[in-house]
Amino acid sequence: MNILELHGLKKYFATQKAVDDISFNIAKGSIFGLLGPNGAGKTTLLRMITGIFFPDEGEVILDGKKFDPLRDIVKIGYMPEERGLYKKMKIGDQAVYLAQLKGLSRNEAVQKIKSWFERLEMQSWWSKKVEDLSKGMSQKLQFVTTVLHEPKLIILDEPFSGLDPVNANLIKDEIYNLAQKGSTIIFSTHRMEQVEEICDHIVLVNLGRKILDGSVQQVKNDFKEHKFSVQFSGTPSDIDSFVFKVIDKQNNKVIVKINEGFGSNDVLKYFIDRQINIEAFNEILPSLNEIFIKQVEGTKAATRSFQKIEA
Amino acid sequence: MSKTALIARREFLTRVQKRTFLLTTILLPLLFFGLYALIIYFSVSSGEKYNIAVADDANIFKGNIENDDNVHFTFVSNETPQTLKQQVENNKYDGYAFIPSNTKVLDKPKIDIVTRKSVGLISRDKIEDKLNAALEQQRLLAFNISKSQLDSAKKEGNIQFSTIEGKNDSGKEAGLSYAIGYIAGFLIYIVLFIYGTMVMRGVMEEKVNRIAEVIISSVKPFQLMLGKILGIGAVGLVQFIIWIAIGVILTLLMPLIYPPLAEAMHSASSQNQAMQSAEVIKNSGVIDNSIGINFPLIIGCFLFYFLGGYFLYSSLFACVGSAVNEDPQDAQSLMLPVTMPIIFGIVIMTKAVNDPASNLAVFGSLFPLFSPIVMMARIAHGVGDVVPVWQLLTSMALLILGFLCTAWFAAKVYHTGILMYGKKPTWKEMWKWAWRRS
Repeated sequence: MNILELHGLKKYFATQKAVDDISFNIAKGSIFGLLGPNGAGKTTLLRMITGIFFPDEGEVILDGKKFDPLRDIVKIGYMPEERGLYKKMKIGDQAVYLAQLKGLSRNEAVQKIKSWFERLEMQSWWSKKVEDLSKGMSQKLQFVTTVLHEPKLIILDEPFSGLDPVNANLIKDEIYNLAQKGSTIIFSTHRMEQVEEICDHIVLVNLGRKILDGSVQQVKNDFKEHKFSVQFSGTPSDIDSFVFKVIDKQNNKVIVKINEGFGSNDVLKYFIDRQINIEAFNEILPSLNEIFIKQVEGTKAATRSFQKIEA
Repeated sequence: MSKTALIARREFLTRVQKRTFLLTTILLPLLFFGLYALIIYFSVSSGEKYNIAVADDANIFKGNIENDDNVHFTFVSNETPQTLKQQVENNKYDGYAFIPSNTKVLDKPKIDIVTRKSVGLISRDKIEDKLNAALEQQRLLAFNISKSQLDSAKKEGNIQFSTIEGKNDSGKEAGLSYAIGYIAGFLIYIVLFIYGTMVMRGVMEEKVNRIAEVIISSVKPFQLMLGKILGIGAVGLVQFIIWIAIGVILTLLMPLIYPPLAEAMHSASSQNQAMQSAEVIKNSGVIDNSIGINFPLIIGCFLFYFLGGYFLYSSLFACVGSAVNEDPQDAQSLMLPVTMPIIFGIVIMTKAVNDPASNLAVFGSLFPLFSPIVMMARIAHGVGDVVPVWQLLTSMALLILGFLCTAWFAAKVYHTGILMYGKKPTWKEMWKWAWRRS
């Protein structure tokens, strides 16, 4: 069952095609990564999902029904990249206010905020002002206000920027918790190591178009280059085979690329035949980072905003 | 509670709970009044005291000149200018006047007053008045005319103005209409400026703090804008009510605290806006119906144009606020097209208050960008004759229509502007935003 389906979304601005025909589905309860370089159209896409923009074309299906901003806004928790708080307002009041705007009653809001503050060790903050908080602290507060109303779909745009590792882990654990309780999480970021760690499913957009879609494992498999790392107990001398090419060689370790038409067993067989003792043998999958750079490189993404468009 | 109400409530409470709100609302008028009272106090009781020796050899002044707290005339005889001068130098008197025995009352007598130091303006006036009054009296006596005869000769005729409809058009009413119209127009002018810019700054604050996108993922941008306008409007209303209350209380208390001051203030009050408005409010209860000013109508219209003008302009100010970024100077230049009509309005109003039936005044009171300011100046002169009923209704309808237009325009621009960071847009670009689909 999909919580969110995008069908052919388009949004053109005067100087660029911000989102140019993007479709994908997000399964309920999954942690989804929306990746892309700066200016790829991620924020515009998210703004259409959250009802801030109307798509020029295409439709958004939320929870099986056509998305209606007025009715469905309560099902979504959105933490935009450009996020902030009212500086002069007390933290408790601020959290209650934002929760009320989402449709919670006052009492409900106060109760939930108190339990969240307790969990994240923020109890003492209640009557402090936002201007007294550090950047990381206000980030924590923003996270709480985003997920407070228990939305089915949580959208986090660069949620870890500015957080120290301890607090980042704290938030990460909460994200896992929420996913376990049935919330779906969309992650928008260009920090690949986090995506690799957290996400089940990713979509890569560039220049307003979708260029990759799949589970992390699958994407990595799709881009594998048949590289293997082999480690020996001794230091073998000249290795040469028509089965593979040696790319890198260290003391007792080589990295090989298998030639077309052969499999990993052929490599093993070669060494076994020569009675070379193998200590470790594993495939090297490309990191998302490498895939990302490979896909985006050379597309002039950086100069995109000045491109000419042909409608 | 609806979301717009929630937003309005927050806007209202955060402003009212601030310490600066209390300061500006309560202390500012008190300070104003205090300063004003001090000025009057000093001008009424000028500390100068003059004791002037008069050697009245011609016998013109003796017995028909009045003394008061400031100026005292002491009549001396058998003195010469030289001896008088000496006595002044010895501090016996502050000055002297020597009137030679050959002075003729009916000529233009030359009277020299010699003082130790220069005489202050007010005291100078007083001395001149007293001497001239005494001279006049003496001249009348010379012509064998008594004071009472002169007074009855000077009696004014009872001249009444009325309009052709038979309506009494007394000068008292015209003056009052003028004052009411001027004050009402001016108050609305100030309201538009103060609270309009307050709305603008509120919108800018949301952009600078980067909270706008968080909020509009929960509410529609129009709800946010409307809530802000309503909340700040409520702040303005509360502030005004407090000011009016303070004004009324102070004008009522003043005579009790210091009676002479009250008298002086009464005569001087025409210079002071706040005082005057308080006066008008105070009088409104007691004014008799013979001075056909329809106060309920005027107050009703004032509230209508107050709110109408505020809504119309504050939505424009909101849209300026949404378009600019951190830099307040950007706001200045974008604000100009919004503030110009307000200033035009006040210029037309000053003309309309003198000539409420002129073409310019009629135009100004119908055109929605000017009408909140100009119409008040005309209404004070009477609805039905100076302002035909159809004009009033048209003006109101146009104002509502104008507000709907600016609100629509502002909402569109606001929607786009509040999410824009970077370059400051021009009005032309903002006009384009208004017409494109979001």
